Amino acid sequence: MFGLDLSFYNWDVISKFVLQGLWFSLQLTVVATVGGIALGTVLALMRLSGKRMLAGPATVYVNTMRSIPLVMVLLWFFLIIPFVTGRPLGAETSAVITFIAFEAAYFSEIVRAGIQSIPRGQVHAGQAMGMTYSQNMKIVILPQAFRNMLPVFLTQTIILFQDTSLVYAIGAYDMLKGFETAGKQFGRPIEAYLLAAVVYFVMCYALSQIVRQIQIKTQIIR
Amino acid sequence: MNWDWQIFCKETTTGDQIVGCFGDGRDVTYLQWILSAWGQTLVVSLFALIVALAAGLIMGTFRTLPNSPWLTRLGNAWVELFRNIPLLVQIFLWYFVIPAIFPAMQKVPSVVLVVLALGFFTSARVAEQVRAGIQALPRGQRYAGMAMGFSTAQTYRYVLLPMALRIVIPPLTSESMNIIKNSSVAFAVSISELTFFARQSGEETSQPVLMYLAVSVLYAVSAFSVNRVMGVIERKTQVPGFVAAGGMGGGH
Repeated sequence: MFGLDLSFYNWDVISKFVLQGLWFSLQLTVVATVGGIALGTVLALMRLSGKRMLAGPATVYVNTMRSIPLVMVLLWFFLIIPFVTGRPLGAETSAVITFIAFEAAYFSEIVRAGIQSIPRGQVHAGQAMGMTYSQNMKIVILPQAFRNMLPVFLTQTIILFQDTSLVYAIGAYDMLKGFETAGKQFGRPIEAYLLAAVVYFVMCYALSQIVRQIQIKTQIIR
Repeated sequence: MNWDWQIFCKETTTGDQIVGCFGDGRDVTYLQWILSAWGQTLVVSLFALIVALAAGLIMGTFRTLPNSPWLTRLGNAWVELFRNIPLLVQIFLWYFVIPAIFPAMQKVPSVVLVVLALGFFTSARVAEQVRAGIQALPRGQRYAGMAMGFSTAQTYRYVLLPMALRIVIPPLTSESMNIIKNSSVAFAVSISELTFFARQSGEETSQPVLMYLAVSVLYAVSAFSVNRVMGVIERKTQVPGFVAAGGMGGGH
C-alpha cells in the first residue's frame, strides 16, 4: 500500500534500535514527573507562603520557564551545565535535569491551583486544632489537594511523555531517535516515522483512557 | 565569557563588522537574520493559529451536536488523533511521510507543511476547549433556541456559539501563547525561525549565550504581546452584565 514496506521491522531491529530509546523516554518521563512534582510543590508553597523573599524568586522562576519554549530551555541547559559542573555531561543527563527544572514550573501551577481549591474552612479547622503551618499543610491540605490533582498530574505526564521527543534538539537517544536511526540504517525513513507515530499514539491513547477512568473514580469519592 | 553585543552587527558569512548594523543587498547581519527569524516565527504561529481556530471550532462544535453521531465521532477521533502524537513526530509526518505517500504534496513549500502540522496539532486542544465551552452553557440556552423554532444550525449560530466562544477566550489565550512556543519545534525541519537561528548562529559565532538570550527575550515578548492582544479582545467582546464562566472567578 502506497509503496510502504514494513517488512524490515522485525524483533531484531526493534530490540537493537528502539528499545534503548523507549527505555530512556520512559525513564525521563518518570524521573521528570517525580522530580517535577517535588520541586513544583516546593515552588508552589514558596509562592503561597506570603513571604516576599520566597514568593518573589519562585514567581520569577515559574514565569521565566513558562515563557520560553522547551526546546530553547533544553538548548540553554545543554550549554550551561558544562560550565556549572566543570565537565560535559551527556545529552541524556542534561535532558533529565532540564525536564525536571522545566516541568517543575508547570507542576507548581497545578499544585498551586490544587491547594487554592481546598476550601478555606479546612485551613481554619487545622488552625483551630492548634496545628502549625507545616503540620496543617502536611496533614490537612496537601493530602486532599494531591488527590484532587491526580488526574491533572497524569494528563501533564502524558504531555511530558510526548515532549520527551524534543530531546531531538540536543541529540539525546530517545524512542523517536531509535526509530529514526533504524529508518536511516535500512533506508526506510518514511516507514520509521510512521511507525513511531503509531507507537506514540497507542501509548498516549492508552494512558489517556486510564486517566479518564481515574477521573471518574475520583469523582465518585468526592 | 565576553559579552560582545556588537556580534549582531557582523555579516553572517564574511564576519565583517557592518556600520549601522544593517547590510545592504547581499550583506546580511545577524541582527537582520534574527529579525527575519522572528518574523518567520510570528508568521508560522499566526497562520497555524488561524488553521487551529478554524478546525478546532468546527470539530469542537461537531462533538456537541445532538442527533449527529457520525459527526460527533469524527470530532472525537480528530481530537484523539492529533492530541496523542507528539508535535515533533507530527511535523515529521507532514514533512516526510505525507509527501511520500501523496506525490502532489511534494510541491507544497515546507513552511506550509509546518503551519498545517502546528495548526492541526493545536486544533485538537482548541476543539477540546470549544466543546467544554459549549457544554458549560446552561441547558436552557439550547432549549431556548429550540423554543424559538431555530434549526440546529441557527441555534448554534445565534444562541450557543456567541456565548461559548466568549467563555473560551481565556483558554484560547494560553493556546495562542503555546502556539508561539510550539513553533520552535519547526527548527527540526530547518524552517528559519528563532530556535533554528539560535542553534545556527550560536555555532557560527561561538557566542551562543548572547544568541540564546536574544531569542529567549523575543519569545517572551511575543507571548506577552499575544496575551495583551487577547486581553483587549476579551474586554471588547464582553457582554455587559455577563461575567464569563471562564474568567477570573472566586470560589463557588
